[in-house]
Amino acid sequence: MNSQLSNTNFTKESLKKQFRLSEFLAEKIISSVAFLSIAIIFLIFVFVFKESLPIFSKGKEAPKTEVQATDSASKPESYGTTSTEELKPESYGAEPTEELKPETYGSETVSQADLQPESYGDVKAEPLTADSGEMTDKVTENTDGAGNTWNTFFTTEWVPVSDNPRFGLLGLLIGTLKVTVIAMLIAGPLAVLAALFTSCFASKKTKEIIKPIIEMLAAFPSVVIGFFALMVLASFFQNVFGYDSRLNAFIGGVAMALAAIPIIYTISEDALSSIPKTYTEASLALGASKWQTAFFVVLPAATPGIFAALLLGVGRVFGETMIALMATGNAALVSANPFESVRTFAATIGAEMAETVFGETHYSVLFFIGSLLFIFSFALNALAEFYVKGKLIKKFQGK
Amino acid sequence: MNTKTNTTENHFFSSEGKKMDIKGKLIVGTTQLAVALIIAILFIILGIIVYEGRDKFSWEFISSFPTDGMTKGGIFPALIGTFILVIVMSIAAVPFGTITAIYLTEYAKENSVIAAAVRFSIRTLAVVPSIIFGLFGLGFFIQFVGAGADTVLNGGQLRWGQPNILWASLTMSLLTLPVIIVSVEEALKTIPRELREASLALGATKWQTIRKVVFPGSISGIMTGTILAVSRGAGEVAPILFTGAAYYLATLPGSLSDQFMNLGYHIYIMSTQSSDVEKTMPIQFATTLVLLLLTLSLNLVAVLIRSRIRRKAK
Repeated sequence: MNSQLSNTNFTKESLKKQFRLSEFLAEKIISSVAFLSIAIIFLIFVFVFKESLPIFSKGKEAPKTEVQATDSASKPESYGTTSTEELKPESYGAEPTEELKPETYGSETVSQADLQPESYGDVKAEPLTADSGEMTDKVTENTDGAGNTWNTFFTTEWVPVSDNPRFGLLGLLIGTLKVTVIAMLIAGPLAVLAALFTSCFASKKTKEIIKPIIEMLAAFPSVVIGFFALMVLASFFQNVFGYDSRLNAFIGGVAMALAAIPIIYTISEDALSSIPKTYTEASLALGASKWQTAFFVVLPAATPGIFAALLLGVGRVFGETMIALMATGNAALVSANPFESVRTFAATIGAEMAETVFGETHYSVLFFIGSLLFIFSFALNALAEFYVKGKLIKKFQGK
Repeated sequence: MNTKTNTTENHFFSSEGKKMDIKGKLIVGTTQLAVALIIAILFIILGIIVYEGRDKFSWEFISSFPTDGMTKGGIFPALIGTFILVIVMSIAAVPFGTITAIYLTEYAKENSVIAAAVRFSIRTLAVVPSIIFGLFGLGFFIQFVGAGADTVLNGGQLRWGQPNILWASLTMSLLTLPVIIVSVEEALKTIPRELREASLALGATKWQTIRKVVFPGSISGIMTGTILAVSRGAGEVAPILFTGAAYYLATLPGSLSDQFMNLGYHIYIMSTQSSDVEKTMPIQFATTLVLLLLTLSLNLVAVLIRSRIRRKAK
């Protein structure tokens, strides 16, 4: 009896051993593939940040403060000069457009470039066959002047391509914030109210129709929304309000609201629907009407989820590239007027990366902006996740 | 007596209800208005693009090359470029996404820190702005992997260390990974636990159970995920801005180290950098219509499959 038992034990173990190798391998492969997603996040940060490192090291090596960026006349130099013309400010991104190329190398043309407006017209259209030689010159040039890079970060001038390039991030930051605020003011209330209707007032049938339709908006590629804003919305709103620059923060904000609505709607609808039924039933049983229950019971209970939805909406708008490129006018103007052109962080990367040279200061600064965007969206997501989880767990634990 | 109390009660309730009604109706009406507004905007966009693009939209437009400096002709190379992009992207992203989803549902323990970290990174991946993927593609795939491959394989000759369709597709696959993972995970969760337990009870090992029971059940989820990912990848432009999309190419890409044209990028450059934006307007609208039809129909198919999965699960 005893020996038999040990015998079965033995066969069991030998069976396990037989399968062990393939299973062990499969399991290891599966979990290592799963870890790759952690690795990707890590790699994204490392590689985006790595490319921006030169601005830190160069900044320390050559602390040359020659430029007083703040007091020189900022308006004529910035790209804003062309903002009144319809499409010109946007023409940056294209590598192949001939007329724009000279700007990159326009630096050698005038010695006191900072006194003259750097608009498109005055740059000589030179044949650019000797590209590579000039580029290397430029890189070394920039190494000398790179001490300025840091100092210009906290100004409002964004003049990346000139004799003494200035990378004022403040102007871009203000532009990005302006668009974000406008977009969220439109998208937030609309999406949350729509979610409230869907989860609290709509009948089951209506809900089944409404939800997929609104979520269909998420399937609109951002380039399509940007195109629509550029071609249709811009002209429409200009006729209505009669402002000067056709593409501006307001148009960009409206278009981005369209991109943010499905995100905010879906997540807040989920949050509203996941409120335990006992809450609503208790409220209704106490004599509250449907809308009272919706506004004073369901909505407060779902606040963490809605907050998370709004945060993710902000993240979407903040990093949106194509709509910003196409609809905001892309001129880094600093003003409180929502009908002025703005330039956002993401649009700056999208528009200028193609014309920079590997290793240049401009290139590094764009990557630096990228890492800022990444850190920001990472933090937003972490905040949304942990705040909401903590709150929700506390709230429903007693359930 | 009984009826009397009933009527008073009824009276009490109805008057109370009426008092609230005006305010309540107003509030419910506001929420209704929000829904109506969103749906109206959606159909207005759709309507205008269909209306403006319908003249140019034809088989000829889809199947011919652009001519006369992209002011005439069709969008064939852009369409083919988009197809190649999403195919290579799917080949990279689908196995990866499926395996991650299997890990999360089958292997990861409920409270394990690692699984939580994996989930968190997937969600982060889903909210990272698409332009960051473009930067990553440039910094990692092109400058690091591509340039490294060039020095090792080609003796420093530039072949992989520049924007091309492979790097653009891989960049895009990172972007669409969360979409696939979420879909597959959802499908895996609908497989009843009893099925797994029955398989294990019959003496199958965990790996056999996954291969023979769990994986077949996830096929529909993999399909939904792939379709949604393709829909997303076809529409995104920011990640490929500097990882491979080209302004104009006279020929179709012949190998993975070639650049390519892309529908979304085509719309972007045509509407902002074309020499004559006004003149090419019909082409732009028609291109937008093609892209929109592509992404919306793919999405519709995915939604239909998904609702079938959900119904089955019930």
